[in-house]
Amino acid sequence: MSCDLAIIGAGPAGMAAAVEAVDLGLSVAVIDENPAPGGQIFRGLEGAAGDAALGADYAAGLPLLRAFRALRIGYRPATTLWHLEPEEGVLSLLAAGTTSELTAGRVLLATGAQERPVPIPGWTLPGVMTAGAAQILLKTAGAVPKGRTVLAGQGPLLWLLAAQLARAGAPPALILETRPKGRLAEALRAGGLLAGAPLLAKGLALLAKTRRIPRLRAVTGLHAEGTGHVRRVLWDGGATECDTLLLHEGVVPATHIPLALGLEHDWDEAQRCWRPRVDAYGASSHPRVAVAGDGAGIGGWQAAVAAGRLAALDAARRVGRLTEAGFARRAGPLLATRRAALALRPFLDALYAPPGWVLAPPEDATLVCRCEEVTAGQVRAAARLGATGPNQLKAYCRAGMGPCQGRMCGATVAALIAEARGTTPEAVGTLRPRAPYKPLTVAELARTG
Amino acid sequence: MRDDSFDAIVVGGGLVGAAIAWGLQRQGLATALLDEGDVAYRASRGNFGLVWVQSKGLGAPWYQRWTRASAGEWPALAEELGARSGEDLGLRQPGGVHLCLSEAEFADRAARMERMQREAGNYPYAYRMIEAPELREMLPGLGPRVVGASWTPYDGHANPLRLLHALHRAFVAAGGAYVPNAKVEEGHAAPRDFAVTAGGRRFAAPRIVLAAGLGNAELAPRFGLAAPVRPQRGQVLVTERAAELLPMPTTTIRQTQEGSLMMGDSMEEVGFDLRQTPEVMRQIAERAVLSFPWIGQLNIVRAWSALRVMAPDGLPIYDQSARFPGAFTANCHSGVTLAGAHARLLAPMIAEGALDPMLDPFTAGRFDVRAAS
Amino acid sequence: MFALRPDRFRPASAAGGAGQRRGTPDARTGPTATVEVFVDGIPVRVPEGASAAAAVLLAGSPLIRETPVTGAPRLPYCLMGVCFDCLAEIDGIANRQACMVPAVPGMRIAPQRGARVAFRS
Repeated sequence: MSCDLAIIGAGPAGMAAAVEAVDLGLSVAVIDENPAPGGQIFRGLEGAAGDAALGADYAAGLPLLRAFRALRIGYRPATTLWHLEPEEGVLSLLAAGTTSELTAGRVLLATGAQERPVPIPGWTLPGVMTAGAAQILLKTAGAVPKGRTVLAGQGPLLWLLAAQLARAGAPPALILETRPKGRLAEALRAGGLLAGAPLLAKGLALLAKTRRIPRLRAVTGLHAEGTGHVRRVLWDGGATECDTLLLHEGVVPATHIPLALGLEHDWDEAQRCWRPRVDAYGASSHPRVAVAGDGAGIGGWQAAVAAGRLAALDAARRVGRLTEAGFARRAGPLLATRRAALALRPFLDALYAPPGWVLAPPEDATLVCRCEEVTAGQVRAAARLGATGPNQLKAYCRAGMGPCQGRMCGATVAALIAEARGTTPEAVGTLRPRAPYKPLTVAELARTG
Repeated sequence: MRDDSFDAIVVGGGLVGAAIAWGLQRQGLATALLDEGDVAYRASRGNFGLVWVQSKGLGAPWYQRWTRASAGEWPALAEELGARSGEDLGLRQPGGVHLCLSEAEFADRAARMERMQREAGNYPYAYRMIEAPELREMLPGLGPRVVGASWTPYDGHANPLRLLHALHRAFVAAGGAYVPNAKVEEGHAAPRDFAVTAGGRRFAAPRIVLAAGLGNAELAPRFGLAAPVRPQRGQVLVTERAAELLPMPTTTIRQTQEGSLMMGDSMEEVGFDLRQTPEVMRQIAERAVLSFPWIGQLNIVRAWSALRVMAPDGLPIYDQSARFPGAFTANCHSGVTLAGAHARLLAPMIAEGALDPMLDPFTAGRFDVRAAS
Repeated sequence: MFALRPDRFRPASAAGGAGQRRGTPDARTGPTATVEVFVDGIPVRVPEGASAAAAVLLAGSPLIRETPVTGAPRLPYCLMGVCFDCLAEIDGIANRQACMVPAVPGMRIAPQRGARVAFRS
């Protein structure tokens, strides 16, 4: 099997890229590990589009989803990419226990974002989960938390979820906002309010919808307690009972595959995360690979759609399906759209920058690596001994060696090393993930080829 | 720049360098261990973890003896390091097997083992060729294709990463200076007077040990030594944890102290190419499933490739510079197996200033002789 | 603990519409949880499109796995394929990422208790 463009991920960027690329006459394959298209933001949309609780922005994805579904392409849902050889453009895939290979002239990584880990004491207790997880339950299972729910953290998704839960008849009992004092002033200085006015208006409307929910501001020292299940959430100066604790500190690019490929990355100080180095059209440091959407830096779904289409234009131009003039004509409006979609970003990034205690948990007993159950104290000790980066640290104390392959702990480990060695996360660097990007069984691998 | 003066400098913080550095510090020598940063070739982080004897040194009985000696030092090493670092190195030496998947492999293996025993001379080399029915009693869930195995009582395995961590911890606890992010930039050599610049600092000592793995090839000539080593790629697969099952390691499959099954390891002559290749990964998986079909259902959660440090004949190189006495080099691809010897036998020799004659066959001069003949 | 939204789903126990707590139009016309799965042997009905991990949460199970390191109980954390805290035994296969497996009728989901047993002699 071969194609002009292989797209990894069927979220907004991946779907938009596929639609655009097909329109330009490219042969396209879309690989997605989820059973249905939509990514995280439009997850379950085909089944739940009419659900008023989820809001108008969710339903706004429907035209794109329908256009994607109408394509006659090699769309492979429930399929994981476990290895990619960029030199030859060979993708190693796994679906329903069977491996296969696909050759692509160009590869677009549209693997989106993941929620930033929130490693507080007790975050591994049953009943503590991410806000995104609760939203997925709402979208795909029509389920809401039962009993007393507390939301803790900050960021647009937290407010969106609060509003959605309220509309679905299960409003949270309390919101613990972790945004430190003074961030609003910093955010206002970051600017973008004028160009981002439409988005800002939406955000303010959202906040208004949640105003009846009790909240505490500038909360610090968050931790969860309970035996076998979370029963209480505590913070500096207070505590409350809860049955479910939902954490959220924003989202970060899913850099697992880009890092495994050895693509160049840059530290994004505003978003406190790594992002693959890409040009305006998503081209990465490898001549065959592009990255688009939140996976290349958090910008939201509208920016991702524009980025996906731009990456498709670039792919078409590279194989001569589009002249330079045609490329410029089509790219211009998309660049403008993306600019508008990103206008509010500096404000949001500054407003919701995660506090230091979320990035590098202060208490030594806090678990950092959920898989191998490695604590912040163990990480600090290894860093002091001489682990200057997360790879040597992984060798020292197993953080990042479990099935999630460091997706959950990588950033925290790097922040702790930076703190212990008096340097920056940028200088500390990243884990270097290896294949398989997701687990496959020995038998599945043995049958390959 | 101020000189930091030590009794010894060890270049290379992997298993070889750390074992020697720990051994020197243990002898009372103030030692600096210079390491690279977070990302380097680092064969030590890719080690398979066998403490392996049975197939070492065909046609080179001195290597067999050195390996046996190291396996013999291992229990004391594990105990001492365990006490000083708090790390359980996971050492198990229950003997080990090499599985044969065809009659031809079995016959070939039998001939090889017979020759090893013959070459061992007065130095005993116990082994058995075990046929399938008996082997099935020893190992659970053996595949139908397995026709037999060779077995020796000397083999075992350990946790290579805990070994590395424990060596670093014990070295530092004993007062050693472990310096990461210190790739050697400049070197100065005179008899029993060495200085290197690394990581923005200058280190001086009357002894220097080059244990920089593949980096030795470039480093050794600067100190009047030769280390003609090349990379050989090996790929390894690791599964999720499973309940304890395998009572002993095989040449290519072992169960770790955490319960993971490790499968390895390929031998690929591809230069400095660290890529993983699905076809080699598949071959490793296929052989594992043929050996133990139940391994097939386990999820592979990690895999990697790493570069072995290989001399032209595959044997270690140990040398002291004739031109600059006090400069030593140590090169090998069996950093775990030989850790016992490096820490407890080689380091005291380096501290004394002379390598024991038992190491004479390991000098790099052996390659000159071959070139000349 | 999670429950099906009362505003949208008819309770699984109320096949004939009896026991309806809320009289919103949505509740009368909304979907039913039609997919029956077994969580640790107990039948649970979940909507089509829900994952095996969602089924475990809707079943009210105290845990989906016990870690192989310390035996600590866990429930799903991220539900989007990242954290691997939802590893469960699904239809007899150990350590499956339950959030990535859609629930299908008759599916049997059991907690993953510690390291899997790879072979029984």
